[in-house]
Amino acid sequence: MYSFVQHILNGLAAGTVYALVALGYTMVYGVLKLINFAHGDVMMVGVYVGYAVAYAVGRALWGEWYVAVLVFGVAMLACALIGLAIERFAYRPLRERPRLTALITAIGISFAISYSFQLDLSVHAFGRELTVLPGAASRGFPDIITRTVWMQLGSDDDGIKIWNWQVLSFGIALALMVGLQFLVFKTRFGRAMRAVSFDHRVAALMGIPVDRVIAFTFALGSALAATAGILYAIKDRKIEPLMGLMVGLKAFVAAVIGGIGHVPGAVVGALALGLCEEFVAGYTSSSWRDAVAFGFLIVVLLLRPEGLFGRVQAEKV
Amino acid sequence: MRELALAVLTLALVACEKKSTVETPPAGDQKQAAKAGGAESDVILIGEVGSLTGSEAAFGISTRNGVDLAIEEANEAGGVKGKKLAVRVYDDQSKPEEAASAVTRLLTQDKVKLILGEVASSNSLAMAPKAQAAKVPMISPSSTNPTVTEVGDYIFRVCFIDPFQGYVMAKYAREELKFNTAAILKDVKSAYSVGLTEVFERKFTEMGGKVVGTEAYSKGDSDFRAQLTALKKLKPQGLYIPGYYNDVGAIAQQAEELGLKTVMMGGDGWDGPPLFELGGKAIEGSYVSNHYSAEDPSPIVQNFIKKYQERFKVVPDSLAALGYDSARVGIEAMKRAPSLDGPALREAIAATKEFPGVAGTITLNAKRDAEKPAVVLQVKDGKFHYVATVKP
Repeated sequence: MYSFVQHILNGLAAGTVYALVALGYTMVYGVLKLINFAHGDVMMVGVYVGYAVAYAVGRALWGEWYVAVLVFGVAMLACALIGLAIERFAYRPLRERPRLTALITAIGISFAISYSFQLDLSVHAFGRELTVLPGAASRGFPDIITRTVWMQLGSDDDGIKIWNWQVLSFGIALALMVGLQFLVFKTRFGRAMRAVSFDHRVAALMGIPVDRVIAFTFALGSALAATAGILYAIKDRKIEPLMGLMVGLKAFVAAVIGGIGHVPGAVVGALALGLCEEFVAGYTSSSWRDAVAFGFLIVVLLLRPEGLFGRVQAEKV
Repeated sequence: MRELALAVLTLALVACEKKSTVETPPAGDQKQAAKAGGAESDVILIGEVGSLTGSEAAFGISTRNGVDLAIEEANEAGGVKGKKLAVRVYDDQSKPEEAASAVTRLLTQDKVKLILGEVASSNSLAMAPKAQAAKVPMISPSSTNPTVTEVGDYIFRVCFIDPFQGYVMAKYAREELKFNTAAILKDVKSAYSVGLTEVFERKFTEMGGKVVGTEAYSKGDSDFRAQLTALKKLKPQGLYIPGYYNDVGAIAQQAEELGLKTVMMGGDGWDGPPLFELGGKAIEGSYVSNHYSAEDPSPIVQNFIKKYQERFKVVPDSLAALGYDSARVGIEAMKRAPSLDGPALREAIAATKEFPGVAGTITLNAKRDAEKPAVVLQVKDGKFHYVATVKP
């Protein structure tokens, strides 16, 4: 019985990370109709920025709340800037080209980021050795949040523990989902985003600063990715330059299952995917995990091509 | 939706495509390589394939350091047959298909006399048939899966094999730790892990123990909670995880988080510096079987450690020691061989007897495997400490 509850808990924890990554995917897709495959790799960069900040602050201060805030803050800022740069230099010049061109570019950027992070590069500056690129080896993410048991059910030997960071991640994911929903539907900026999403040429004629709206969307999506990445790193600890590829792909699946472009849909899709994977791995064999995850996608696309929450769009011929 | 289908298809294509990325020799070797290319006749070229990037990068880097040290020493001592030695290293990104293309390049383009590599058995298995077909001897420093040298008579190794390693841990768990039950968590993507699992399971059962459960993961996973939750129910006294350091660290952390109380055991795959960074306190008290211990007081080991530390500023792990041994076995055979042609060099390597390696004395048997004892180490205070030696 306890192990069943534990499985649910594990699945929700995995789903939470997918959800946060999926939110970024879905937002960019919603506005630009572009699947930003580099999103998972931006997440990875955020994790490494957080790693660097944590070590720059020093081991002695880990566990202090302001260190955690600093780690999240700097990583989000760095990722927002990277997002802006990618949009400005890679996607904007291609905006009027066929959509496939931008998609391939996105894949190119994804590999450029993840493979360049596998190089070892350090420079000698300020009297010490500074690592510029981390290299391929896995590293352990520092414990910037002191792990404590938030709630315990049953005994130590036979029972489950809910950890503070699990509650925190889940809370952050839900808060961000609500926040995004508010931003998109209740603010002036959200209206501009929706207008650009509808037709960016017409939106421009109406006086909406299209470039700025899109750039901001990318910055916001990338900052979300940084948050997701750090929560992911706190959860699983193991970080490596290729970590973004699989998570990015899974989050993409989650976003499609929920109906891409739909904010709560992405979260529901992600949690469903996380639970589905967990039960497959826990009760059958972990080798089936990815097959089932992607099989799930195919089934959803066959039965409801627009995703669970997506709206059917009539195509003009 | 058409775009979406297209996107998925493109991604699948790209996933296949990225396998053919071209490797670049690491900066440090370019100089040597250029020299070797310029004046082919003055230099004996040795090829090495290693995982310098990718998931097992720490293995490849340690091995390369060990090989470099052995080559430098040989060159300082005057080289072989009046010629200097050079090594050309290609990175295989920890992937078998890359290892196969790297070895092809070494054989056909660089025309090396000897091949050193790989660490992971899956990668060595991808390389061995090519070396065998080209009749160029290949020495694997640390691939422990038995099938590696079964590929053919040009394939050698300077380490013990999995059945022995699995036997060592099963015996230690049963006789010294007195475990009655054990569970296994194996990496299904690695020939090494599957091989160790098989032997451990058989030997542990033969010695009267009971394997209560086996779960699997795939290399590169980062969430092992589903499997660990399933294993927790079974309450095993010991948990055998014959995986690699980067996964094991995360597994240990998550096991602790889930409240899985057991003693973890593993093999030489645990031996990489990130293990302690990843595993932290959760890894304390675990046992591993390994090739050598840096605490061994014998002069040959201490001498090697001193030189290695001077050169690379870190304590060598077993992969470094085995890389060093593999290169030295090869160099020593080159000195003995009448010529450096494949068949002659093969004969010379096969005749290796009582060679004083850092990781134990090496005698190559009829199966071209090294017969030597293993050590059992325990993790204490973020380090491996020697606890026992188990002889074949």
